[in-house]
Amino acid sequence: MEFDAKIPDGPLADKWQRYQFDMKLVNPANKRKHKVIVVGSGLAGASAAATMAELGYRVQCLCFQDSSRRAHSIAAQGGINAAKNYQNDGDSVYRLFYDTIKGGDFRGREANTYRLAEISVSIIDQCVAQGVPFAREYGGLLDNRSFGGAQVSRTFYARGQTGQQLLLGAYQALARQVGRGAVEMFPRTEMLDVIVIDGRARGVVVRDLVTGAVRSHLGDAVVLATGGYSNVFYLSTNAVGCNVTATWRAHKRGAAFANPCYTQIHPTCIPVEGDYQSKLTLMSESLRNDGRVWVPAAQGDSRPSAEIPESERDYYLERKYPSFGNLAPRDISSRAAKEVTDEGRGVGNNGLGVYLDFADAIARLGSDTIEERYGNLFEMYNRITDEDPYSVPMRIFPAPHYTMGGLWVDYNLMSTLPGLHVIGEANFSDHGANRLGASALMQGLADGYFIIPSTIGDYLARTPLEPIATDHPVVQEAEADVGRRTERLLDVNGTRSADSFHRELGRLMWDKCGMARNDAGLREALKRIPEIREEFWRNLRVPGSAASFNQSLEKAGRVADFLEFAELMCRDALERTESCGGHFREEYQTAEGEATRDDEHFAHVAAWEYSGADSDPVRRIEPLAFENVDLAVRSYK
Amino acid sequence: MNLTLRVWRQDTADAGGHLVTYPATDLSPDMSFLEMLDVVNERLNDDGKEPIAFDSDCREGICGMCSLMINGQPHGPMKGTATCQLHMRTFSDGDTIVIEPWRARAFPVVRDLVVDRSAFDRVIEAGGFISVSTGGVPDANEILIPKDTADTSMDAASCIGCGACVAACPNASAMLFTAAKVTHLGVLPQGKLERHRRALRLVAQMDLEGFGACTNYGECHAACPKEIPLDTIARLNRDYLLASVSSQEI
Repeated sequence: MEFDAKIPDGPLADKWQRYQFDMKLVNPANKRKHKVIVVGSGLAGASAAATMAELGYRVQCLCFQDSSRRAHSIAAQGGINAAKNYQNDGDSVYRLFYDTIKGGDFRGREANTYRLAEISVSIIDQCVAQGVPFAREYGGLLDNRSFGGAQVSRTFYARGQTGQQLLLGAYQALARQVGRGAVEMFPRTEMLDVIVIDGRARGVVVRDLVTGAVRSHLGDAVVLATGGYSNVFYLSTNAVGCNVTATWRAHKRGAAFANPCYTQIHPTCIPVEGDYQSKLTLMSESLRNDGRVWVPAAQGDSRPSAEIPESERDYYLERKYPSFGNLAPRDISSRAAKEVTDEGRGVGNNGLGVYLDFADAIARLGSDTIEERYGNLFEMYNRITDEDPYSVPMRIFPAPHYTMGGLWVDYNLMSTLPGLHVIGEANFSDHGANRLGASALMQGLADGYFIIPSTIGDYLARTPLEPIATDHPVVQEAEADVGRRTERLLDVNGTRSADSFHRELGRLMWDKCGMARNDAGLREALKRIPEIREEFWRNLRVPGSAASFNQSLEKAGRVADFLEFAELMCRDALERTESCGGHFREEYQTAEGEATRDDEHFAHVAAWEYSGADSDPVRRIEPLAFENVDLAVRSYK
Repeated sequence: MNLTLRVWRQDTADAGGHLVTYPATDLSPDMSFLEMLDVVNERLNDDGKEPIAFDSDCREGICGMCSLMINGQPHGPMKGTATCQLHMRTFSDGDTIVIEPWRARAFPVVRDLVVDRSAFDRVIEAGGFISVSTGGVPDANEILIPKDTADTSMDAASCIGCGACVAACPNASAMLFTAAKVTHLGVLPQGKLERHRRALRLVAQMDLEGFGACTNYGECHAACPKEIPLDTIARLNRDYLLASVSSQEI
């Protein structure tokens, strides 16, 4: 069976307008009769909840953090793309669309990506109206910069805190609706299951993280905005609480999981120091505008950077990709860093790092200018490493950062489980096999402010739904099931903490399913993961009780889901015998080490269906039709 | 390095709490403060004891979820730094460190070092926004904003809502938090229209939540991990006063 993406007919540029005209509308007076459950309050979730409430729907929104303002969108540093062409440098909706499709290595869906580029323009208008303090020129106009491998300046930013400011905009829009009673907000609430009645998602089962009580939220549709799964690697740039639980639970209830092997490894993060490390810190990619990446030319050269003469340095990005140089896209830069460290030319205590050197930029522009541009980042680096990047080069290394894979959705952002919609990083949508810098914020807000508020109306208008109550047997059974699973975690009573299993899984995934993958490694991981999982359920120790604020229990539940999800990720990576974007299979590369796509066999989305704990998941495909762009070899040389 | 921790333990909001002493040995000075607590918790877990509950999420100083009163200082001794970005190299081998939750009537303890800061959300819900709905807004460049105005707004908008200002204040006042929002939105042309109404509503909600009054100690600014300027409070006072004399309805 192939999936129907329900892409509207007509020319690319007309599809979204045509769709909006063709969709069924819910009468304004009837909107208040519909209740929508939104899970997650990041850029996608908060903007969706606020906008749907503005339209008149009743909305319940829940998040696991103590406030909806904490979601991890807040940590995005660099910026948000929009095809405004304010800089008169030749940008257009079509160019942003093309860059995104090409950047995704031709593994994204044309219609969705075009719609994203089209909506990008309205997002900036909306955010400015809300009071997002974007950077300005002296004349009062908005400032832009070029970012993450783009050849035009289309990135809007608010210092190094763009994600924070956009999230606060969405949070405030949400707070406005909470204040007027249109949204009910439930912080410190974790979704643990989806309630499916008559084949449709009608609500979620949650655990109140303060009291431990299990209860249900019921409605007419469910929207998941629960982010990505980078923490399957344990160490990533994600917040420590980010997890796959919501999407994995939905998957087990019938939502297909698309392209789980597409993970993005960000090239500029602070390298790992010790075993105790709980997360990796990103250094904004904007640093690559002025920093030069290099390693010693000779293996095992352990001299301090200052003692290595220019002639004995290898500025490998500039050497290999002369036209993009230090600004080569994320997947390419990350892989190049892995290559030089694999050759034994890495820097730092454990050899897992490369230099990002500002000496030339400081000489050219003066340290004042550099401080103005990157002061807060330099300070953050100094605080973490105790080294001064004004006088010694930064050390950086790639780290898991974003996941392009996610629950499969059609053009309406609905999953294969009717009524369950998925937005933001949680869906697989628009980025193909690799996401360009400053595009995640754009997608989260496009989905939340503009797409889901329209498409959910079409679903609700077309779908007759019976009212349900919490005493419905399916609801009762789902709640009991969540309670039982929680008790099971507590009952193991072994000796190891959930964190120790998470670290073990993370190391395995980083080694075998990280920046580079191969057949033997993936098969080994597929053998190891069930063994770790088996030990988890035999030797886990979770102190405390279910009926209390219990952070060990929260972690254990999330790790249990990562231990199941990781297997699907490796399976997907094993089946995709090509290299594309963030998925690099060592067997499929050119003599120079560049990724080799196999368009004949793999120009499709792989969406996995769950078929029970004891049988293998089923891989189905959605063929990708490229009617507007030619599948080119993605070259940045 | 080796330390002695004295940590506040409290099972529930209603239960009494007390300080418990834990040895924290074999630590690396390169650990962050929260990673040090992770290590202590992992060892408690190994001994079958309940780990110390504390909030954190992004661990890069931006989400505002982490807190902790460290030796009586919110977010510890380092200026302009949230607890998650504080590193153990700031301390010396052999130190005793006292770790407590934020203390304020408006922030009740949930468990151990975790407090309930939902009062902040309710302050924002009362009017900490610009009243625009999605769609129908003008082109972004139709609103010209001088660079220095955008910068003033951004300085205030950097607030992460962690609550250190309240914890530091002898009156447990939320003035710096509230003033930051009033300034962020009020200096911008888009936010000016609702400036007076916003000041009145936010202050009314702040009082309702049980935060104290501001008596200009300035401890809030000293403790703020984002160093929100103190003159935001002057702006809030001015907006509030003008709104009060013009007797706008709220």
